[in-house]
Amino acid sequence: MDETSSPLLEVSGLQKSFPGVLALRGVSLHLQKGEVLALIGENGAGKSTLMKILAGVQPADEGEFLVCGKKVSFRNVNDAMDEGIALIHQELNLCGNLDLAANVFLGREPTKAGLIDESEIRRQTEKFLSQVGLDLPVDTLAGSIPIGKQQLVEIAKALSCNARVLIMDEPTSSLSQKETETLFKVVKNLRSKGISVIYISHRLGEVKELADRVTVFRDGENAGELMQDQIDHDNMVKLMVGRELSEFYDRQVHRPGKPVISLKDLRCPSYPQHPLSLKVSEGEIVGVAGLVGAGRTELLQTIFGVTPALGGSLEISGEVKEIRNPRAAISEGIALAPEDRKQHGLVLPMSVRENSSLPSLQRDASRGWLNENAERAVTQNAVKSMKIKTPNFEQMARFLSGGNQQKIVLGKWLAMSPKLLLLDEPTRGIDVGAKREIYKLMEKLAGEGMAILFVSSEMEEVLGMADRAYVMHEGQISGELSRDQLSEKAIMNLATGNLVAA
Amino acid sequence: MKKNVLGIFILLVAIFVITAVINPKFLNAYNMQNLIKWSSLYAVMSLGVAFVIITGGIDLSIGSVVGLVSVVLSICLKLEGMDPWSAIGITLVLSLGIGLLHGLLITKAKVQPFVVTLCGLLVYRSMGRWLTDNQSIGPMPYEDDAGYKNLEQIQGLDFLFSGKIALGSFNLPTPALFILVLSIAAAVFLRRTIWGRYLFALGNNEEGTRYSGINTDRMKILAYVLCSLFAGIAGILFAFELDSVQPAQTGEFYELYAIAAAVLGGCSLRGGEGSVLGVVIAAAVIRLIYNSINMVGISTHLEFGILGLVILLGVIGDEFLKKAVARKQAAQKT
Repeated sequence: MDETSSPLLEVSGLQKSFPGVLALRGVSLHLQKGEVLALIGENGAGKSTLMKILAGVQPADEGEFLVCGKKVSFRNVNDAMDEGIALIHQELNLCGNLDLAANVFLGREPTKAGLIDESEIRRQTEKFLSQVGLDLPVDTLAGSIPIGKQQLVEIAKALSCNARVLIMDEPTSSLSQKETETLFKVVKNLRSKGISVIYISHRLGEVKELADRVTVFRDGENAGELMQDQIDHDNMVKLMVGRELSEFYDRQVHRPGKPVISLKDLRCPSYPQHPLSLKVSEGEIVGVAGLVGAGRTELLQTIFGVTPALGGSLEISGEVKEIRNPRAAISEGIALAPEDRKQHGLVLPMSVRENSSLPSLQRDASRGWLNENAERAVTQNAVKSMKIKTPNFEQMARFLSGGNQQKIVLGKWLAMSPKLLLLDEPTRGIDVGAKREIYKLMEKLAGEGMAILFVSSEMEEVLGMADRAYVMHEGQISGELSRDQLSEKAIMNLATGNLVAA
Repeated sequence: MKKNVLGIFILLVAIFVITAVINPKFLNAYNMQNLIKWSSLYAVMSLGVAFVIITGGIDLSIGSVVGLVSVVLSICLKLEGMDPWSAIGITLVLSLGIGLLHGLLITKAKVQPFVVTLCGLLVYRSMGRWLTDNQSIGPMPYEDDAGYKNLEQIQGLDFLFSGKIALGSFNLPTPALFILVLSIAAAVFLRRTIWGRYLFALGNNEEGTRYSGINTDRMKILAYVLCSLFAGIAGILFAFELDSVQPAQTGEFYELYAIAAAVLGGCSLRGGEGSVLGVVIAAAVIRLIYNSINMVGISTHLEFGILGLVILLGVIGDEFLKKAVARKQAAQKT
């Protein structure tokens, strides 16, 4: 095959499974030279998994992978680098204590007589920094520049390795408007120089502005492709969701009761300049929408006492309470299923039983003695009511699928009979079946009078589940939408800082 | 018995049998009594540090706490002529206070455990030397005009802490009873109370445990308090055992033996793992290796080398075992 006619990068039939989940079920994707390809899909659609495979972070189980028509298989990141494929991570990987030059050439320092050739490094770094439009002295410490610029340094680093393909995983998730614009300029400039970019984003507006083509994933499969003239919001959402929303979100009518929680000018430590006020009542499911980094997780963490409020008031069932730590929150009947399930939700090396019973151990203990009968009962209950799939109660939580792990988290809190359930990205990284069960559970709990406040980056989840939604933008609540006002357009407007609700 | 505890137990039996075959004198009652006594003394410290290691921490001050406690106890009894039980009380309160201080510095001032306890190692050692002007001292009283002060009571304590109980022709050293009681208490605490569970949980994932509503700071402080308390008890046992305490030397490097026993006994320095039985057996293995080297006739200059290799191989073996167990669990299809 002729080099010029075959795509720069082509994969087909790619499969990847993790314990309990089939993350990729035979996806394909191709990329031309000098093309910006956007990859979109809901959480758990398999985008990040594919990117990790392309960049050599993890191997695929099955499938074909061609670079310029030549079959390749990457054992590690260096193999991918050798083919010119570089991943710009969501979390940046610069060493803050080293200067820019040292970071760009980390691990590949040119040497002269066995010593690092500083002048060569500086000269080269200057060249690559100017290619990404960064006008900074090369001896600036990486940790001292804002995150948007750090990202450009990462790109410069990739270019210095002769990257032909840059993979960007949600590059704008923590950038300001201005930094985003700079990044776009750089990406467009690189494209004109023949460098290809795979761009993953949840922000469909960005995709529309930047992409030459869009590939959509859904549940680990290709859901469709849009050429440049077909890229619009409705087409993208249709492919991403791919099913009738009403069939997925089986909603009942809720009649909200008395307010369970009411925040008045609460100040979270992350955005202390923006006081937050909101209210959730018995039997109500309230969504919090917004972009990544808008302060939604921080809001839930402040309510739960992980990062105690700096000011304002928090009322539980009409009484002002001060919540200094999770312990205090739990004793007020609050529970949090955190976004970072593995770090905050579970103790992974412990068993299903030990995880399920962790919050309720003390309640069930007498004078500190473990009550093993109660512990078993709590576990039994969680496994049964949440339909947790586990060979036995002693299985380590680590070896369960994301969906089953999330069910343990929910199960352990239900044993505490909370009044207010906080859910942070409740369906992130879990399969469709478990997703539906979690939605059903939310419905059931609200029906029983529990107040539910959930944060979600998935538009459809907010539209499908929320009785009411708050939208956050850069640390403030930019608007509140009732069930009738809820629409994608309204949420996006508020989420991007356009304060006029549609 | 868990697999890793079984492994260390087999190691103990193997070294025991091999030594007995090479040199039958190894089995004589006097040698056995000594072995049991020293194993028990080491095991007390090792159990203490196991609590801390389970939380993912470390305590380097154990040897110096042993030294300081034995010095303070000797001063109280010999120089101050204090009531023996009050003297014991003072030393226990001293060790509890040291543990509390460590715990507070680590959880509230956020100083790393390594640093806090390394400084402790230096400070307590020099305090002991300063209090005694670096002269050796023992718990047994002087004779003055009124005779030996509290002699009978102190002799009673001496029997309690370093005596022997005749069981037919075999004399069981009393420290063995201490380690029996303490290890049962520690095992019950770790496996049957919510606090034990919390220590394991926070050792595996401190943030996750805090998110489940557990006061992780308080639990960590508890671990350091228990560690120093056990070191203090060991200090009392050593004071009576040695009769003469060397302020500069008594307890020196003991923290390393204690940590080695904890690690060999199945505690991971990453936290979240450990078993009382494993630690006690490992402490015995360490003493047994010392004894065997003498009995078999290997140069004593090789003591440290052999000890180091056994611990290293033991821990590597343990890692392999853990991986095999994990693979088996992962293979269980959901």
